[in-house]
Amino acid sequence: MSNLSRRKWITTGLAATAGASGLAVAARLANRYGLIPPDHGSMYGPGETLTYASQRLLTRYSLAREFPRSQISKPPFANEVAPLGEPFKRLQAGAFADWRLVVDGMVARPASFSPAELRSYPSSSQITHLACEEGWSFIAEWTGVPLLHVLNVVGILPQARYVVYFSFQSDWWDSVDMADALHPQTLVTYGMNGGGLPVGHGGPLRLRVPRQLGYKSVKYITRLTVTDSLKGFGKGLGSASPEGGYAWYAGI
Amino acid sequence: MVPRHTAIVRVTHWIATLCFFALLVSGTEIVISHPRFYWGEAGNVLTPALFTLPIPASRSTVRTGYGYVLPDQNGWSRYLHFQAAWAVVLTGLVYAVSGLLTRHFRENLLPAGADLSWRAVSSSIASHLRFKPPSEAEDWSYNVLQRLAYLSVVFVLFPLVIWTGLAMSPAIASAFPFAVTVLGGQQSARTIHFVVSVFLLVFLLVHIVMICVAGFRNRMRAMITGRVGTHKEHA
Repeated sequence: MSNLSRRKWITTGLAATAGASGLAVAARLANRYGLIPPDHGSMYGPGETLTYASQRLLTRYSLAREFPRSQISKPPFANEVAPLGEPFKRLQAGAFADWRLVVDGMVARPASFSPAELRSYPSSSQITHLACEEGWSFIAEWTGVPLLHVLNVVGILPQARYVVYFSFQSDWWDSVDMADALHPQTLVTYGMNGGGLPVGHGGPLRLRVPRQLGYKSVKYITRLTVTDSLKGFGKGLGSASPEGGYAWYAGI
Repeated sequence: MVPRHTAIVRVTHWIATLCFFALLVSGTEIVISHPRFYWGEAGNVLTPALFTLPIPASRSTVRTGYGYVLPDQNGWSRYLHFQAAWAVVLTGLVYAVSGLLTRHFRENLLPAGADLSWRAVSSSIASHLRFKPPSEAEDWSYNVLQRLAYLSVVFVLFPLVIWTGLAMSPAIASAFPFAVTVLGGQQSARTIHFVVSVFLLVFLLVHIVMICVAGFRNRMRAMITGRVGTHKEHA
């Protein structure tokens, strides 16, 4: 081995070691500051982590664009949902008076709310764009109570890192980090375009997460669980989406 | 020995090639879930389409006229699309920075003023249309059409496809709303993203045909090892 190639090997070795330890430090820092998505373990982990980390650094406090009333899509389009079954129909027959949104987990005062109680809180309206991962989209006015307000009522504990939300459709559940949970536009929605929230659009209650794709805005929410770790939920990937092959973070 | 293409150009070329195929396959997979295109901010099956691709879809949302729905593969396609996008953007950054530092763009890609005359360009177009194998000088240098094609891919199509891709992201749109509104809206961004991808695909096909005309083995060897073979080989 000539001197030149030995020097080359040593330089390459040093560069590789520096690179690897740099990556290890970056991974620790990223984890501490919540920049690693729960579905980072698959072969697509590097891409997902880069997307989530860079968007958390760049867009943590940004507001989803709001539109003038004239840009509301008429009529709004909703994907078909699987039949919701008899128990849902009975609740619907009672105008959802018996619907409950349970809030539990790392909170000081676990509680459950009826749609009427949620309506008694200060309401917030937004005209935002909802884009489906399929490619279509629509603009609608959404009315509800900011999730932030609900979380303040129950009092989240300081170690909270995620809010997991569950749907009446038992195979649908999802979660957001605190950046989205405490975001002023994240809404427990009960109204749309000036009226109630139609069942096709997730009525009586839908969580609107306007800075992410439509599938994060889960319909028919029944329970919110505040947690410091997603390990105990499903397969630990953060939501039902990665279990079905879709990304947990849908800010893309 | 001076290589035909520097190591950085060769390595970034093949990483970009790999990413481009991943993006092409996953992008096709994504587009068949809704092969309708719109202009403006919002669009769905209840609003008029700008154009519709005459292909079957992987979701029943769109009435395509075909009696069947293709299998839906959006999950891994989207994961792969964004991972390959990151890889090609980071690779492209290395290529662009090194291209500026080593004067690769200025010396090898920017056409000389004389080559941009109408006569020179039209004679180059004519010899391309006759599929005439290039002269020996072109083993070591690009002709004017090649330069223009590569420059537009590097400085127009790639930046545009990255920009329109990012403009479709709801989080990016919230942080940089101007990047979306200047395009006409999120559905316009999606439509432009598709059209630019078609241009990139056309470039790829012409690129492959031209490599075959110029001598496949010789051009491949130059881009893989950096060496140029004897000219007899493809005569």
